[in-house]
Amino acid sequence: MTAAAAPADAAFICVRGLEKSFGAQPVYRGFDLDLPRGTFTTIFGPNGCGKSTLINMLSGITPFDGGSVRIGGNDLRAAKIGYVFQNYRDSLFPWMRAIENIEYPLRVRGVSKARRQARVEELIAAFEITLDLKRYPYEMSGGQQQLVAILRALVADPDVLFLDEPFSALDYEMTLYMRDKLQAVFLETGLTMVLVSHDLEEAVYLADRILLLSKRPTRLVELIAYETARPRTTAIMGDPAFVQTKQHALDLFRAEMAR
Amino acid sequence: MRWPQPASLVPLIGPVAFLALWQAVSASHLVRAVLLPSPVDTLGYLADALVHGTLATDALVTITRTLIAFAIGALLGVPLGVAFGSSERLYSSIEFLVDFFRSMPASALIPLFILFFGIADINKIAIAGFSVFLIVMFNSAYGVMNARKSRLLAAKVMGATPFQMFRDVLVFESLPQTFVGLRNGISTALVIVVVAEMFIGSDQGLGHRIIEGEQILHVTDMYASIIVAGLIGYALNMLFMLADKRLIHWNGK
Repeated sequence: MTAAAAPADAAFICVRGLEKSFGAQPVYRGFDLDLPRGTFTTIFGPNGCGKSTLINMLSGITPFDGGSVRIGGNDLRAAKIGYVFQNYRDSLFPWMRAIENIEYPLRVRGVSKARRQARVEELIAAFEITLDLKRYPYEMSGGQQQLVAILRALVADPDVLFLDEPFSALDYEMTLYMRDKLQAVFLETGLTMVLVSHDLEEAVYLADRILLLSKRPTRLVELIAYETARPRTTAIMGDPAFVQTKQHALDLFRAEMAR
Repeated sequence: MRWPQPASLVPLIGPVAFLALWQAVSASHLVRAVLLPSPVDTLGYLADALVHGTLATDALVTITRTLIAFAIGALLGVPLGVAFGSSERLYSSIEFLVDFFRSMPASALIPLFILFFGIADINKIAIAGFSVFLIVMFNSAYGVMNARKSRLLAAKVMGATPFQMFRDVLVFESLPQTFVGLRNGISTALVIVVVAEMFIGSDQGLGHRIIEGEQILHVTDMYASIIVAGLIGYALNMLFMLADKRLIHWNGK
């Protein structure tokens, strides 16, 4: 079990007193959160509650008004962040081939061409991915583009991988395939992952812990643990543990909506 | 032998109908032959003047002036546009000026340019270059200002420095709009050069040739020169469209 195997630094991602407002409207007020290293956390909550805002603040994309975010004991700015955007069309660079997109985070760090290529080949081999990386993103299917975006987020060995509803634009078949690829990446790398989802089934299926958020101003309703062993397959969706966890989350979610 | 597919002939209908109409009008003598020669005579003369006469030389002079003016305008306009576009405050400080000069017909400035640059070759190039510069600059600036922020954020989260974000993302984001400016710029350059050749003492160039054909009533030569000017404009536009498709292959996808 990943959570048990994780070292004692219980707060790899450590959020204290986070403050964020949009105009006069407070979204986060004194928000605290601790996420252990090597765990897969999914974030679920009502529409507009600031799920994406949260991971955008944790990853340094969106500035926050107050409080602190530390990753691995360091300031957020020192952390290496992998980020997979919801919209792959607007986050990949269409003027670069897939391979150049994947190599880009290494290029900005001044890694030599030979070492970049070696690293990409290593990634491709590790995750058994068959893609023609000479193609441009717009020549690929949505799933293939998002796979390129995930490889790009992984290539520079990030401390944390954030994913913002990464599969919401894909059809169901592709979504199932991508969830399993992502789970394989998680098992292979032991990376700390935080994924925002609007799909409760997905949030439970992928998670060690589900972070259930409230309506604005956003509070943590409950951090729900789900400890079924990996690799999980779609077969577990019929297990009592899965059904109960999902039902419990749904009950909390509906209570929150009714508030 | 197979006949070409009918669909491939459709684009020819317009030009053939146009030539037929021209032929019918000139054959009907509704317009005097001295004002409207037949298309056969005109095209025959055109071919002859290109090969044996000075029409090719005049065309080449016009093309050269157009390209030089375009090159000067583009080489100054793109970098300045990108620089101005990078800072919205900087751009808003010159926005009115750019919009004002861009909206002004460049031909209205011809006398002014005569005062400053005289009537030599440099005048025609200067005024055409000035127009190109304005068009290219404001398109490049808008390209940079309206670049989608999402890819810049992606580069930022991957650890790119501001300079890397500029070089690897912003420049590419702005290229489609910059190319719109370059295409408009080359058409404008041709327009201004031809007008300038008409009215600013020239002894060469298509504009000069057209106005001379009108004045000495050598209308066949005038028509032939007009057609050549049109063909040059069409060819330049096609060239830029092809370059656009190849260089900015991702546009609209």
